[in-house]
Amino acid sequence: MAVARHWRNQDQRYNLAGTRCKVCGGHFFPKTSMCPSCHRRSLGKLERFQFSGNGTISSFTIIHEGMPQYSSQVPYVIAYIDLEEGDHIIGQIVDSEPSEVEIGKKVEMVFRKLSEEGRSGTIQYGFKFRLTP
Amino acid sequence: MGKALGVEAKSVPAPDEDAATISVMAARRALARSSIDPGEIGAIFVGSESHPYAVKPTATIVSAAIGATPVMTGADLEFACKAGTAGFQSCLGLVNSDDGQIPIRCALAIGADTSQGAPGNALEYSASAGGVAFIVGREDVIAEVGLTMSYTTDTPDFWRREGMKYPSHAERFTGVPAYFKHVEMGARQIMERMGTKASDYDYAVFHQPNGKFPLKISKSLGFNREQILAGLWTPRIGNTYSASMMMGLAGILDVARPGEKILAVSYGSGAGSDGFHLEVTDLISEYPRSKAPLVSEAAANGIEIDYATYSKFRKKLKMEGE
Repeated sequence: MAVARHWRNQDQRYNLAGTRCKVCGGHFFPKTSMCPSCHRRSLGKLERFQFSGNGTISSFTIIHEGMPQYSSQVPYVIAYIDLEEGDHIIGQIVDSEPSEVEIGKKVEMVFRKLSEEGRSGTIQYGFKFRLTP
Repeated sequence: MGKALGVEAKSVPAPDEDAATISVMAARRALARSSIDPGEIGAIFVGSESHPYAVKPTATIVSAAIGATPVMTGADLEFACKAGTAGFQSCLGLVNSDDGQIPIRCALAIGADTSQGAPGNALEYSASAGGVAFIVGREDVIAEVGLTMSYTTDTPDFWRREGMKYPSHAERFTGVPAYFKHVEMGARQIMERMGTKASDYDYAVFHQPNGKFPLKISKSLGFNREQILAGLWTPRIGNTYSASMMMGLAGILDVARPGEKILAVSYGSGAGSDGFHLEVTDLISEYPRSKAPLVSEAAANGIEIDYATYSKFRKKLKMEGE
């Protein structure tokens, strides 16, 4: 079951694919079937939209006791990010020390391993972020 | 040991990086410098000796992550450190074939690895991680491949058996009958067929298992230090295996000017070499290099870690619950 669930999310996880409302021009992540502003008027007027992956940290927390799969990465940072095109996203900040992460800093999307189903199961990949050089 | 091998530092993958994530990042950076629609890519070959899956292609992960699917083909290749250039040759064959027979005008060749060496083994000092992607096509070409030839024998100088975590090598046997013979023959047959000599080339790049072998082979082939410096990266980032020669070539293309000639020879244990004669075209002047990091910038963008962190990252330590 897990394999199919992860497979269905590939486009949004690999490519940061969300939705654009052709009525109001709003961008949404993850994909939505109805624009939260235009409601019924947006039906049939939504299209796939790929975010650039660029954004700004608006809040963050440092995880010291993470999930078992992330034990080799603690302490790590989970941040709330304002995406350049609109909407917000929660993601891990990698490739920097937690002390380097600050609210207001720019980030860019990177492609990383998210999790794996044990030693013999599938590997899940998707977006994380790092501070823009 | 580092001094004996001529390696000052090596790149280490983060715990959430593997050959697939590195391939994707390399492919995205290649596309960032190009105007190609990913949907136009008809083939993706990923060469690596550290594919994350034994069965399930890295190439499909890359394809989906750059938006190249579904009308395309792809495959994972393995030939020790020359799997990436084997893919490069396959791409050249496809894009130069008759359009009616194989309608592929553009392909992606990737070499990427997160290679391992057993703790204490000489390989641990040099085995590093990295990836390079080349877009191969017939339009907007920045470097024209004038000739590619390979030299292959059955020479067991380095291997890793199925299910084994670390590779083995045949100590000093890996030198003369393996690396030096195949790289030298690979380079000489290219120069013989092209009617060129070492001094005709502006740059040369050879596979770099350590910092010393490429210096020695280039000297014996008649190349001077200036010709190989732009493509010599193992002393600074270690041996990126399938990406090694391709990394050197990418470093050369970062600084090359129109009309310059390049000789590039990869080497894969087992054993074989792929040689390439390339000529840089006028379009390199317009090539938007700044849209992705140069090799020199990527190499300088590292964070130094200690051996304990390295051991944790490379899963040499058993963590709680494992």
